[in-house]
Amino acid sequence: MAEAQIQNYTINFGPQHPSAHGVLRLVLELDGEIVERADPHIGLLHRGTEKLIEYKTYLQAVPYFDRLDYVAPMSQEHAFALAVEKLLEIEVPLRGQYIRVLFAEISRILNHLLNITAFALDIGAMTPFLWAFEEREILMEFYERVSGARLHAAYFRPGGVDRDMPMGLDEDIDEFIEHFPKVIDDIEGLLTDNRIFKQRTVDIGIVTVEQALDWGFTGPMLRGSNVAWDLRKAQPYDVYADMDFDVPVGLSGDCYSRYLVRIEEMRQSLRIMKQCLEQMPEGPVHDMNAKISPPPRSEMKRSMEALIHHFKLYTEGYHVPAGETYTVVEAPKGEFGVYLIADGTNRPYRCKIRAPGFAHLQGLDMMSRGHMLADVSAIIGSLDIVFGEIDR
Amino acid sequence: MDTTLKELGETIQAALPEDVLEMTVVHHELMVSVPASSIVKVLTFLRDDPNCQFKQLMDICGVDYPEREKRFDVVYNLLSLSQNQRIRVKTMVGEEESIPSVVKVFHAANWWEREAWDLYGIFFSGHPDLRRILTDYGFEGHPLRKDFPLTGFVELRYDEDQKRVVYEPVKLTQEFRTFDFMSPWEGTEILLPGDEKAAPEAGEKGK
Repeated sequence: MAEAQIQNYTINFGPQHPSAHGVLRLVLELDGEIVERADPHIGLLHRGTEKLIEYKTYLQAVPYFDRLDYVAPMSQEHAFALAVEKLLEIEVPLRGQYIRVLFAEISRILNHLLNITAFALDIGAMTPFLWAFEEREILMEFYERVSGARLHAAYFRPGGVDRDMPMGLDEDIDEFIEHFPKVIDDIEGLLTDNRIFKQRTVDIGIVTVEQALDWGFTGPMLRGSNVAWDLRKAQPYDVYADMDFDVPVGLSGDCYSRYLVRIEEMRQSLRIMKQCLEQMPEGPVHDMNAKISPPPRSEMKRSMEALIHHFKLYTEGYHVPAGETYTVVEAPKGEFGVYLIADGTNRPYRCKIRAPGFAHLQGLDMMSRGHMLADVSAIIGSLDIVFGEIDR
Repeated sequence: MDTTLKELGETIQAALPEDVLEMTVVHHELMVSVPASSIVKVLTFLRDDPNCQFKQLMDICGVDYPEREKRFDVVYNLLSLSQNQRIRVKTMVGEEESIPSVVKVFHAANWWEREAWDLYGIFFSGHPDLRRILTDYGFEGHPLRKDFPLTGFVELRYDEDQKRVVYEPVKLTQEFRTFDFMSPWEGTEILLPGDEKAAPEAGEKGK
């Protein structure tokens, strides 16, 4: 019998595919059903954010950060605000710092709720997804109540936050903290010991510590590989240094341990939120220097100077002294960095955005080699990718 | 915090005296400049030296200074988990030059170098797969260069007759306007006709 010719098979996955989490185009080289090589093609959502920021004042650049990782918008703003504050050498009032930490953790829960349940949806569990969106709606209402927008908040500004929390919001957040652990338990009840879920995730996409470091993984991707590294602990910013929380790590570095890390991070976020609400002092929420933050509207009706300041801030903006900084935050997806170069004018000279998902997606090839085609969607689900931040 | 960074920088300087051109600590951040030719050596040293252990490459990015002779900066941001420190390595590279790729040192460099190539046209020699990454298939030019216009050169439209997406030169209904909003009273050097008469003469100063 003549020997059969076996040829590798190349298929195109995406860019519009329900488990591609956006516009991922993946060129997969298959040997039967085994993945030999995965080549992600990105850039389908490229909007030139970095270029646009160079043409905007520092304040106008803030909303672009919402549109990067639109699942957890405020975490991105946080990095930019910290970077500008570092160059301006200003300190945020304590209440502003607490509000920022509170909302950074709300963003983390927003992100993990979407990721965990969309991941479950990719591998066959639909119910958690529907439950999670109910909770996300509550959290987005909190967003709306402080900033007026459910998603693109533009709430964290260089110098603090835009405005104080409205009356009664702290009680409602407190109520959420009380009832949310039950929801996590429900989601866990459907997934954690689920036989199908475990079959699809345990020992899939294992990343060793060396690999995770070599490929620049951060956040839950790194902690899932048993590295206890969290920027909120290691290089704390705002009031994270005063917060009492634990950093969960996974043991095996597979998709399942990354899932467990994210579940536990939500519980830890609740702890941080609780502490924020308890410890939050009264006082101003943004830097009171009128050259950086706009004066209150009531003052503008009476004071000529306040009116001038307001006008100058929203036309010319403030000038940031020349210098450069690479400032990072622990965004829900990993290390989100802003490399900002100021040249002394009212606009950034260069603003490079370091998106955690960019590094994680790059590792997809390494993680999926030798796995089955169906495992690729499980791995993509556990990577936690959002194209807004990868393509920028 | 600054003293530990300074010590770390001095250790690096002492170990690589020919390669480190400059070492600074600003805003609690350590920065060293190195020539483009020794970037592989420096990053390998930073990764493997027991005092440094910068095992993670966080970011590579290009910066464009068109007025300079070597117009691009390539900036590497590294992180050491065990030392809990960061370092920024900077190199300069000209438009016609290339810089050695560091993919062999850090796998993570692959896409970031592709990105710098795509957006700035910085050529990384020895890169295994230097394709465009963020821009469209068949895109021309390097959009983050300072001389690339914000509006770009082409725009897309679905053509009903040809039943496909077509590229056309950008048509703006209104010319793109850019305002710097700078105050005309502060720090500008606009000379109106006749201003030179009002300028004080060299000997007149202090009158």
